[in-house]
Amino acid sequence: MARTGLFGSSLVKKYWMALTGLFLISFLVVHATVNAMIFFNDGGVTFNEAAHFMGTNPLIRAMEFVLFAGLILHIVDGLILWSQNRAARPVKYAMEKGSANRSWYSASMGILGTLLLLFLMLHLWHFWVKSRITGLREIEGMPGHDNLYIEMVEVFAHPVPVVLYVLGCFSLFWHLLHGFQSAFQSVGINHKRYTPIIKMVGAGFSIVISALFASMPVSMYLGWIK
Amino acid sequence: MGNMKLNLKIWRQAGPNDKGQMKDYPVSNVSEDMSFLEMLDVLNDDIVRKGEDPIAFDHDCREGICGSCSLFINGEAHGPGKGITTCQLHMRRFKDGDTIHVEPWRSAAFPVIKDLATNRGAFDRIQAAGGFVSVNTSGNLVDGNAVPIPKDDADKAFDAATCIGCGACVASCPNGSAMLFTAAKVSQLSLLPQGKPERKRRALAMVEQMDKEGFGNCSAIGACEVECPKNISLEHIARLNREYLAATVTKE
Repeated sequence: MARTGLFGSSLVKKYWMALTGLFLISFLVVHATVNAMIFFNDGGVTFNEAAHFMGTNPLIRAMEFVLFAGLILHIVDGLILWSQNRAARPVKYAMEKGSANRSWYSASMGILGTLLLLFLMLHLWHFWVKSRITGLREIEGMPGHDNLYIEMVEVFAHPVPVVLYVLGCFSLFWHLLHGFQSAFQSVGINHKRYTPIIKMVGAGFSIVISALFASMPVSMYLGWIK
Repeated sequence: MGNMKLNLKIWRQAGPNDKGQMKDYPVSNVSEDMSFLEMLDVLNDDIVRKGEDPIAFDHDCREGICGSCSLFINGEAHGPGKGITTCQLHMRRFKDGDTIHVEPWRSAAFPVIKDLATNRGAFDRIQAAGGFVSVNTSGNLVDGNAVPIPKDDADKAFDAATCIGCGACVASCPNGSAMLFTAAKVSQLSLLPQGKPERKRRALAMVEQMDKEGFGNCSAIGACEVECPKNISLEHIARLNREYLAATVTKE
C-alpha cells in the first residue's frame, strides 16, 4: 500500500488523528457552553441570543467549514487506520484474552467513533439542517431571529430522541476517555510528571462534557427547563 | 516426571501456504517445575514415538534473553505472567486438567513457517533500515568516559536496549502494530551521543520500513507494554513520535 502524501506514513496519520481530535474537543467546549445557556431557565431567551450570534457571526460561520473539514479528516483518517489495522492481522486468534492487557474502550475507538457518527447524523438532521438549510421559525416580535430553543423543546418532548442522545453521550464519554490522552501520546507528549495529569484532566473532561450534554435532553424531557 | 494432565489445543500448519487448524493434544506426566517449552518437548517426544510429525516451535537460549521463543498461550503473548518469555513460564502457572490454547504470533508481517514458528525477518529489516550507528568501532576504541552521558539517559537507553525483538508487542496489539519494537530500537540510540548524528535519518527510515512490512498503526492501547517480557514502556513510542515529527518537519 502506498503510504505517501497527506496520509503518508503511519505516524503522519496518527498526527492528523491527534490534531483533528484535539480540535474537535475544542469544538465540544464551545458547543456545550452555548447549549448550557438553556439552564438560565429564561424560556430560551439567552440561548437563542447565543445561537443567533453563532449563526450570524462571519468568523464563526467560516470556522464551521474548518470544523467540517476537521471532522471529515478525522473520520477518513480513522477509516484508513482501521482498515490497515485489520489487514495487519488477517488470521484472528482462536483465543484472545484482551482483558489481561487492555481496556475495552481503548481497543474500540473505531466502533465508538462509528456510533458517534450515527448519533451525529441524527443530531445534524434534528438541528443543523433546520437552522442552516431548511430554516427555522422566527421568534415572535424579533424578525431575523430564529427560535432554535423551541426546536429543542419539541425534539426532546419525545422519549426516543432523548434515549438516543444519552446513548450518543455514552459513546462520546468512552471515545474521549481514550482519545484525549492518546492524542498527547501520538504527538510525542509522554512525561513522568505530566502524563498522569493529562490522563486525569482527560478523564475529568470526558465525564463533565458527556454528563453536561446528556443532562440537556434529559432535563428538557423531564420539564426541568422552563 | 510429574503428574499433571493437560488438554492442549495447538495450531498445526504444515507450511506457509497450508490453511492450518487447531488440534487437540492430551499430554500427561507434566511436572509443575517444567517450563512451557519443556512441556512441549515432552509432548513432541510422545508425538515422535507415535511416528507423527512433531510440533514446530522456535526456541534457543531458554533463559529469556534470545527472543526466539514466542507462542500465544491462552490468549496472551508468552502466556500468563508479566515480564517473562515463554521459556520462563512454568507449568506451576497451570492446574491439573487445564485446557491450554497455543497459537503462533498472528501478524501479516510474521507469516507462519510451520505450526507455531513464524518468520520474524520483518524485524531484522526494520533494524537494518537504521538501527545502528555508522561509526567504525573496531581498532579505534575510545575511552568510555571520554563522552559524558547523563545517568538518566544511559538508564533509559539501556531500558530500551533490553528489547529482545521477540514480537510479543505485535502479537498482543489489537492493531498488529510494531511501534514498541521500532520505538525501543530508535530510543536506545537517539538517547546517546553516538546515536544523535543519524537520529533524523534513522527515525524516518525505520518507520518507513515498519510501514512497508505491513504492520498496523499504534493507537496507544498499551497491550504491548503489558505483555512485553522486558517491560519496555510506551514512553519510548512517544519518543519515536517526537523523533519522527521533528525529522519530518525539518527534512529538506
